[in-house]
Amino acid sequence: MLQQWVILLISFCYLGVLFAIAYYADKRADTGRSLISNPYIYTLSIAVYCTAWTFYGSVGRAATAGVGFLPIYLGPTLMAALWWFVLRKIIRIAKTHRLTSIADFIASRYGKDPLIGGIVTVIAVVGIMPYISLQLKAVSTSFNVLHSFQGASPLAHGAGPFWNDTALYVALLMAAFSILFGTRHIDATERHEGMVAAIAFESMVKLLAFSAVGIYVTYSLFIGPSELISDAMYEPNLSRLMEFGALPGGYANWFAITFLSMMAIMFLPRQFHILVVENVNESHVRKASWLFPLYLLAINLFVLPIALAGLLMFPEGSVDPDTFVLAVPLAENQRGLALFVFLGGLSAATGMAIVETIALSTMVCNDLVLPVLLRIKAFQKRNISRVLLVIRRGSIVAILLLGYLYFRLIGESHTLVTIGLVSFAAAAQFAPVILIGIYWRGASRNGAIAGLLAGFAVWTCTLLLPSFAISGWIRSSILQTGPFGIELLRPYQLFGLTAFDPITHSVFWSMLANVGFLVGVSLFDRQDAVARIQATLFVDVFRHEGADTFLWHGNATVAEIKDLVARFVGPSEAARSFASYEEEEEPFDMRPNAQADANLIAFAERKLSGAIGAASARVMISSVVKGEALSIEGVIKILDEASQVIEYSHRLEEKSRELEAATAELRAANLRLKELDRLKDEFISTVTHELRTPLTSIRAFSEILRDNPGLDLEERQNFLEITVKESERLTRLINQVLDLAKIESGTAEWTRECVDLKLVILDALTTTSRLFLENSVTIDKELPTESVFVMGDRDRLVQVAINLLSNAVKFCESGSGRVTVRMDCQQGEARMEIVDNGPGIHPDEQTQIFEKFHQLKGLYNEKPGGSGLGLTICKRIIEHLGGRIWVESRPGEGAKFSVALALCKPGKEAQQKRKHSNIEAYIEPA
Amino acid sequence: MPETKRKNERLVVLFLIGALALNYPLLALFSKVKVLFSIPVLFLYIFLCWVLFILGVALIMELPASPLYPMQLPKRRNPE
Repeated sequence: MLQQWVILLISFCYLGVLFAIAYYADKRADTGRSLISNPYIYTLSIAVYCTAWTFYGSVGRAATAGVGFLPIYLGPTLMAALWWFVLRKIIRIAKTHRLTSIADFIASRYGKDPLIGGIVTVIAVVGIMPYISLQLKAVSTSFNVLHSFQGASPLAHGAGPFWNDTALYVALLMAAFSILFGTRHIDATERHEGMVAAIAFESMVKLLAFSAVGIYVTYSLFIGPSELISDAMYEPNLSRLMEFGALPGGYANWFAITFLSMMAIMFLPRQFHILVVENVNESHVRKASWLFPLYLLAINLFVLPIALAGLLMFPEGSVDPDTFVLAVPLAENQRGLALFVFLGGLSAATGMAIVETIALSTMVCNDLVLPVLLRIKAFQKRNISRVLLVIRRGSIVAILLLGYLYFRLIGESHTLVTIGLVSFAAAAQFAPVILIGIYWRGASRNGAIAGLLAGFAVWTCTLLLPSFAISGWIRSSILQTGPFGIELLRPYQLFGLTAFDPITHSVFWSMLANVGFLVGVSLFDRQDAVARIQATLFVDVFRHEGADTFLWHGNATVAEIKDLVARFVGPSEAARSFASYEEEEEPFDMRPNAQADANLIAFAERKLSGAIGAASARVMISSVVKGEALSIEGVIKILDEASQVIEYSHRLEEKSRELEAATAELRAANLRLKELDRLKDEFISTVTHELRTPLTSIRAFSEILRDNPGLDLEERQNFLEITVKESERLTRLINQVLDLAKIESGTAEWTRECVDLKLVILDALTTTSRLFLENSVTIDKELPTESVFVMGDRDRLVQVAINLLSNAVKFCESGSGRVTVRMDCQQGEARMEIVDNGPGIHPDEQTQIFEKFHQLKGLYNEKPGGSGLGLTICKRIIEHLGGRIWVESRPGEGAKFSVALALCKPGKEAQQKRKHSNIEAYIEPA
Repeated sequence: MPETKRKNERLVVLFLIGALALNYPLLALFSKVKVLFSIPVLFLYIFLCWVLFILGVALIMELPASPLYPMQLPKRRNPE
């Protein structure tokens, strides 16, 4: 029980301190030394989120629903993690386009349409009204408690005549503060530094006050949290608060409120104002995104202890749990503490109301009143910067009085939390148009209008109407029979959905309708040029900064532009900003009669947008700038072209990579061709040389025989022998060349049968036995006892064996030469190896010896005997038969030629033949 | 931008973890009338998650995000 005048005196002193702080901060700002330009003040100002609802209502909620008070703070905590990219993007957009409110932001995103701004403003005002009334209710209730608390007696509710009502005076006082610090300048983008500083101070006070009462209750009234909690655990009524069952609506309600508060922390008009419009530097978001959740954690630590203490101290129902924070210290006669708590609650309430009314009044003025005013002829040519201020101040008073009216009519019948959640659900209607709008270019103007209206309609039906009904303002039968007697539209069971509690129910339906209409309509909508430009500028804000400077192409003189701006922001302010523009941008021509260039027009539009909102600014600028209103089509083209150019260059890069690869392949092929060409030349000279040698000797010996008839028989015989041999060599050479040509052109004839490889080798050995004898080369045979069958052409295989054998002999030293022929079966294939102990083959040449016309050189100084075709023919034959041939050798240690061929069973001969006939038909077209 | 991108990815994952931890069904595991360290388990769990979440955001925000691949910045020589 405190004297009324004491409470009033202390309250006025406190408000005086707030005024002083705000005044000091504004003075500092004017001299350029900002008090609020740091992340800590920014964080504290965001804590305007914690209103009287938090201060008094959390304890009330905890006393009835246990953990139910927490999701309202867990949601913002989760959301804060996403601030770094969502909020930063919104801030960047708002700064680039000088947007001053959430209505301005949404209107600007959807083609600067005044209609959308108007809709958003109406939703905001109607939706936030309960919230403002909640603050008034909290202050007046706490005043009454402080003033007339009688031990554990129930509070006397019921309002007296309005001139005796504390809430009315609180409302008027808040209006005065808002007007003084919220509407000093006409340009709303100029930050209200004083107001922010005062709000930050209030956030400190409310945290300290709440913690003070918490510490007092926990450690002074009880010995500590453990005693308090163990006391509570003995009471079945209290212990039930420790689990989830205490929360009406259960997990669905928990989820819905978490979601609502996630949206509310960003899209309540005052949160948007503090987070975005009052933000000094977007890097402050970094610290705020973890400091702010920390603040929320701190202010919630003592909620449960206070609630439990209150429930333990006051028998069931004797004191409203919403007033425990005050009632507990008062019951213990701690007047000083109670007064401090009252100031904390006052801070929470005034902070919220001030920021909210400033934000709302900007919206009402710029998006509701001005568009109408600008249509009236009388206002079109007048200087209305004064009028603007009057409108804004008037709307502040009007909003607070409306809040008071709501409080008088409805507020008494609800708890704090219920009122607050109704407003949260209204603010959540802005979330889809903003979040989808800044990430999806396709979200269209008509989609936004449809989504907002649908969501708002569902909200009205499922939350606003019932709150009217419960308070008895309209017939309460509407809850059972539905509006207009349509049962399907019963507010708490829309379309018969009964699974959820009222809040979850409303969130579900309104979000479904909102997102559904926004996306659905957008998908089938065609956007005009302005809307498309704005969508691109918003979605790609980090790419095209200040890109709307080339929007205007019409004609206007510098003087006309200056006049226009002066009419809205006042002549002195206009002169100052144009002067700073001239200084910074160094424009081409600023004489009054000169043509205003696109940059200047864009600057003027941004300046106007700060004062009267983006939508009205666009209307005003286009009323002055004549000619081809603007080259929007051109801008679209530029934007589109830019993206096309990027795409083209991507494709070009890809093409050039492909081309590079192709070039490399071609170069390799060309090298190979050159090599082949060189080999062919060499071959021709070799072949001609080879052909000439035997021809020369045949001719020489024939001439001797012809010219010397007297030669004795033995000599004659000898000469004829040589002639025959040389002819044979000639024939062999020609045969080989023809043979290779045939194989290569695919006209050779092949038979395919099961051949005994052992017989093939024995045949070849017989054929070459004379060669071995003549060259005195020993032959070793390591052949298996049984037959080994492979699929192939018998004659060709013999040819291969002979070739390899004679090759081996050729490179063996006469006398010490030794050739080994080996044959075995490995892994399903037959293998034939012919090993010699000749000089070996240099590793560089091992891959080349199978190539056509390649002859080993440098091993002997003399010319190698042979055409250079033998091994090539072998390779072609073996490959044609599906086998492999390779060489292993080291210089000085001989060489080993190996041939591997697939095994076959003699019985399958016929089958195999058929199988191969197709391939043969393909390889050798008859 | 790669550093910011990395930061964003981490934040989104942290957000998802937080949203999972603080909702049904994980929450239901702790919904019982019981005290641990003389604090009801449900409150203990929620506040613990809360503290850890804030710690996570603070770490991601304040520590420089390491780029995907360690890069060697060329050393600048001071002009004499």
